[in-house]
Formats: sequence, C-alpha cells, structure tokens
Amino acid sequence: MEKDIKFYWTLFLSTLTLSAFTFGGGYVIVPLMQKRFVKELQWIDEEEMLDLVAIGQSSPGPIAVNASIIVGYRMAGILGSLIAVIGTILPPLVIITIISFFYQAFRDNPVVSALLLGMQAGIAAVIVSVVIDMAAKIIKAKQVLPILMMVLAFIAAILLNINIIIILLICGAVGAYTSLRGPHNQKGDS
Amino acid sequence: MVYLKLFWSFFQVGLFSFGGGYAALPLIEEQVIHQNNWLSSTEFIDIITISQMTPGPVAINTSTFVGTKVAGIPGSVIATLGCIAPSCIIVVILAKVYYKYKGIPLMDGILQGLRPAVVALIASAGLTIFLTAMFGAESFPISLGDLNWISVALFLVGLALLRKTKLGPIHVMMLSGFVGILIYYVIL
Repeated sequence: MEKDIKFYWTLFLSTLTLSAFTFGGGYVIVPLMQKRFVKELQWIDEEEMLDLVAIGQSSPGPIAVNASIIVGYRMAGILGSLIAVIGTILPPLVIITIISFFYQAFRDNPVVSALLLGMQAGIAAVIVSVVIDMAAKIIKAKQVLPILMMVLAFIAAILLNINIIIILLICGAVGAYTSLRGPHNQKGDS
Repeated sequence: MVYLKLFWSFFQVGLFSFGGGYAALPLIEEQVIHQNNWLSSTEFIDIITISQMTPGPVAINTSTFVGTKVAGIPGSVIATLGCIAPSCIIVVILAKVYYKYKGIPLMDGILQGLRPAVVALIASAGLTIFLTAMFGAESFPISLGDLNWISVALFLVGLALLRKTKLGPIHVMMLSGFVGILIYYVIL
C-alpha cells in the first residue's frame, strides 16, 4: 500500500476516533477495531486482530494503547506506531486535562450521568455482538481443542479470577505443544 | 525536578501494569499517594470515577490528571508520555517478533492457542460490562430486582441495530447515550 499523507491521516484519525469511544474498559477497543480496521479499511483480517489483542495483552500497559501501536506498526513501521499512539492518547489527554479543572462538577452532573447510563447499555450491545461473532467462528470450525480452551479460559477468567497473563501463558503453551506434536493433526484433537 | 519525577513515576506504572485495566490501580496508588503525595485518597477515588465516565485507559487518565495538578499542561503531557513509553518499546519488539516468525509452525501453534483465549477474555470483559449495564453490579451475585428494564430495552435495540443494519459500534453508543439523556434526564 502506498504511504502518502492521506494514509497517515487516516491512521491518525482512526486511532483518535477509536480511542475517543473506548468507554467501559480496554476490550471495548476490539469491536471498534473490528469495524474500522477489519471491515471498513480492510487493513488486517480478523485472525490477525485476535493476535494483535493477544500481543497487546501480553505487554505491560493499557491494551487499547498497545493494540493501536501494533496496528500502526503493522501498517507503517515505527513511524506508523508513533502516529497511532499519538492518535490514541490525545482524546484522554485532552478530555482529562479539561475536566481536571472542574471535575467535581462533571462527576455530579445529572446530564452526564444520564448519558453514561444510557451508553452503558449500548456498550454492552457492542461487546456482546462482537463476542457472538468471534465465538461463532471458533465453534463453527468444529475443532474440539479450541472450543474447549475458549470455555475453560472463560471459566478461569470469570469464575476463578485467574490472572489473564497466566491464562494466556497456558493457552499459548497448549498451542505450542499441539503444533510440535504435528501441525496437521488438528481435526478432532482433544 | 518535577517533570522528571512525573515521567519516571508513570514510566514505572506503565512498565509494571500487566493484565490491563484495574490491575494498574495499586501501582498508581503507590506512586501518586504513598511515594509522592501528589493526590489524597479522596482525589484518587475521584479520578477513578472520572476514568469510568470518560474514554481512555485509567492509567492514562490518572497520569494526565496528576500531571495537570502537579505541573499544569506540560506536566500532563510528560506524565502521559512516561506512562506509554514502556508500552511503545515492548509492544514494537513483540510486534517485530510476531511478523518475523508468523508462519513458522511453533509460532502459529502458539497463536492458535492464544486466539480462543483472547475470545474468552473479551467475553469475560463483555459479561462484566453487561452485568454493570443491566444490574448495576459488576459480578455475581446479582439480584433480579435490580434489573434496569430501560437498559435491557436499549441493549436489545442496540444489538438488533448492530446485527441487522449497517450501523456501527460508535453509532450505537452515541444513540444509546442520547436516548439515555432523553429518558433519565428529560423524562424521569
């Protein structure tokens, strides 16, 4: 892809917009990335996006920032990652700097509370929708091991409160073991 | 030198906050309350509340907030840069490794193991967000009496719009926020 000014501007604006709407926790960036980078711009495919999230989660720092850095790097090397990170930190930087001068009024403002209460339900729809898509893809592949790992990882994260890094380490190790045992021996693997 | 101190404090927060989200809170607390007395406990709780009300990671929001308070706008920029500097370096190294070794069976095996785990982690974050939106409680046990029917309606409409129309996540979020103002502020 040709890297002209327009390309960098698109990268900057995309990461800026995504960051401005990442309410409710870092993982909300996933449906936004899926819409913008996978579906609209077609810069990355869905599997690659999951890999980027895994890398973002394996490094220290906020996952939304990390995921943007990787998308930037993927598209345009170090310069791309710098542009992506600037786009990502600008919205919180500007918003919090402004709000810090009147944060008590902001916190207690009834309009803001009403907006956020309504938006929470929208955010829930957004993330549930992306989970339906992704889980359906794994289930439709009809391989026992990935489905089992998905269910167990979910239980480990939500019920057992096991640290995310440990879950990723174990799943990565299982994947490595499977590939060493035979890369073509996956169907019906258990 | 206050700028250097801001940068270094948030550099440490950025460097050691694995696992994301609220895993960073104890680290931030240590730096801004105990080591440097930049915030009182009340202010710390306030900034976490504000973080939940604004976009962006809590670590970045806190860096900006503390930076502004301690040294104005240059302070907020420097604290934020400190916070993301470790990510930038480490993530770029990992990305290099990923794109170099992608396609090698061992690496592909690891990634194939990670993908279902990532979906599970997104799902677990989704469940927390869902419970908060519907019941106002982040985890079980929840009480059915707390179910917010307006949220349920907004959720179902949002889900239908996402799956049956061309509207994207940002549209649905803005729309539900707008309806939120209409219902909770104007009508109720």
